[in-house]
Amino acid sequence: MSKTLLELSGVSVSFDGFKAINSLSFQIGEPELRAIIGPNGAGKTTFMDIITGKTKPDEGHVLWGDKGISLLGMSESAIAREGIGRKFQKPTVFEAQTVRENLAMALKNPRGPFDVLLYKKTKHGAERIEEIAEQTGLTDSLTRPAGELSHGQKQWLEIGMLLAQEPRLLLVDEPAAGMTPAEREKTTEMLVEAAKTRAVVVVEHDMEFVRRLNCKVTVLNEGSVLAEGSIDHVTSNPQVIEVYLGR
Amino acid sequence: MNRSFIARNPSVLWFLAFLGIFTLAVTLMAEATGTGFISTSFVKTLGKTLCLCLVAIAMDVVWGYCGILSLGHFAFFGIGGYAIGMWLMYARTETIVTYSMAAQVVPPSPQEVSDAIASQIFGVVGASEFPPIWAFAHSLPLQLLMVVLVPGLLALVFGWLAFRSRVTGVYLSILTQAMTLALSLYLFQNDSGLRGNNGLSGLQNIPGFESTPQSMVSMVFFWASALALALGYILFAWVVSGKMGSVIRAIRDDETRVRFLGYHVESYKLFVFTLTAVIAGIAGALYYPQAGIINPAEIAPIASIYLAVWVAIGGRGRLYGAVLGTVFVTLASSWFTGGGAPDIDLGFYTIQWTDWWLVLLGLSFVAVTLFAPQGLGGLVDKIARKS
Ligand SMILES: Nc1ncnc2c1ncn2[C@@H]1O[C@H](COP(=O)(O)OP(=O)(O)O)[C@@H](O)[C@H]1O
Ligand SMILES: [Mg+2]
Repeated sequence: MSKTLLELSGVSVSFDGFKAINSLSFQIGEPELRAIIGPNGAGKTTFMDIITGKTKPDEGHVLWGDKGISLLGMSESAIAREGIGRKFQKPTVFEAQTVRENLAMALKNPRGPFDVLLYKKTKHGAERIEEIAEQTGLTDSLTRPAGELSHGQKQWLEIGMLLAQEPRLLLVDEPAAGMTPAEREKTTEMLVEAAKTRAVVVVEHDMEFVRRLNCKVTVLNEGSVLAEGSIDHVTSNPQVIEVYLGR
Repeated sequence: MNRSFIARNPSVLWFLAFLGIFTLAVTLMAEATGTGFISTSFVKTLGKTLCLCLVAIAMDVVWGYCGILSLGHFAFFGIGGYAIGMWLMYARTETIVTYSMAAQVVPPSPQEVSDAIASQIFGVVGASEFPPIWAFAHSLPLQLLMVVLVPGLLALVFGWLAFRSRVTGVYLSILTQAMTLALSLYLFQNDSGLRGNNGLSGLQNIPGFESTPQSMVSMVFFWASALALALGYILFAWVVSGKMGSVIRAIRDDETRVRFLGYHVESYKLFVFTLTAVIAGIAGALYYPQAGIINPAEIAPIASIYLAVWVAIGGRGRLYGAVLGTVFVTLASSWFTGGGAPDIDLGFYTIQWTDWWLVLLGLSFVAVTLFAPQGLGGLVDKIARKS
């Protein structure tokens, strides 16, 4: 049994009186791969917003790491430095910069302005970039501006940037959206590979994709956990069937 | 800074070579050091333009590279001018007062000398005592320190408050304009301690060099301005290259994403804002001794807007663009407003450029922003790519 890395308990958040997250509890260990599914508006993105410090919950606890420190009250950048990486629903890479520059920015290194100003390129850093480019199939594109990449490649670059951060927890929001079947398959491989050494949470709509991840599944609905377990277990749950068919 | 930095930035070498040749040419044609083909007042105009180029590249770094449209950087420029102006005025008045008192039978006490200097300087605003902010005016090193400290601290405090509250975009621009307006309104007051709308004058007379002709003084300031521009250019080119440049441009393009990469965006903005403010202050300190006078109108909000116009016309996000824009617009401005451009007679109305220049400038700004965001610098890029 793996150790708990992140624990949310009794977390609620409302926007103008609408409860987007309703007394949600969630745990993930290290290493672990977890899929989160749920209908549109279930609160999946908001759940990630809370963990990464973008949204402050109205109540509840978010505890992190071996010492169980609270992530509430920490800034987005401090949470990222704790070792939580996030991939957004819409691919966001820096289009005006090359793939290499994008990856170099993400590499795990001191993040203060003066550290960065005096930063010297290292052999180790260059090797890491090559390695990640290899994993994400971007070796031939390292010197191209990221804006020239295809949609699928941008998604991979973003995953590559996450890997470069060497996070302990990786949050991935709908990575397969808009991908071809072949691209989806490659994305699945990358995520499964990444989850061998760290915790990975994947939010996804597509049941086929989730099935291929072959991991524990958490079903979110109306801001709380509806069911949890293997994909076959949750898809045979009558409540889950109702939520999905009732869409 | 190593060889690879210059190698990665051939535009830096080009710029330095160009500036060097220009400086040499002016030196060979000036009155004091050359043929006298160009007048002393024109040397001053050129030297001042170099200072404006320096503040413009600072503006380009903060706006073009980091995406912070500060409409307050000319205030930092003005503060630098005031800081050096205080020493220039104090030291010169001191010389005059000591000289005239030397004839007295009873030697004057230090207090009497100080009072005499104060009433000389502040007589125009009906005061005769030194305000506290003049405490260091007697000392050149201290006042030079003020040239960098005051703009630096103001930018640090202002930036800290603004960036911490995540004020961005047009709201930040408005805030910087408000800061500039407040400063200039304050300086307009007679009891501001800086002689109200009279400002500080006689700054072209450098204490200790009374017998040096202005033709020579102007050359020295011209050289100093060229050197400052060269060093400023190298400094900024270094800052915006490499990983720092990468992060700064990323903040401009998507600051939220940069936060999730673990970078504390506010610290970076504060660093860039403060560094550029300090350089703006230094540029101002070199500019106003060449202008001879500084008054609160110099810090008016419109001046900071001009700065943005220069950078926009020159093409944001490339340092040489800011230099091109500044030179082009200031030259065009003096041609149009100095009577160089012929008035256009439309029969029913005559377009006089002294009145219409600002309209033309405004229209060019809008046109460049909408249709040619690469500005003049974009043309250079095109040519460079072809050859
Ligand atoms: N910043 C916000 N302001 C107001 N409502 C929001 C905000 N963010 C999310 N919501 C609402 O919260 C609910 C959950 O949204 P979201 O987490 O994006 O769902 P999902 O990602 O599961 O589709 C939606 O009804 C959405 O409209
Ligand atoms: Mg979503």
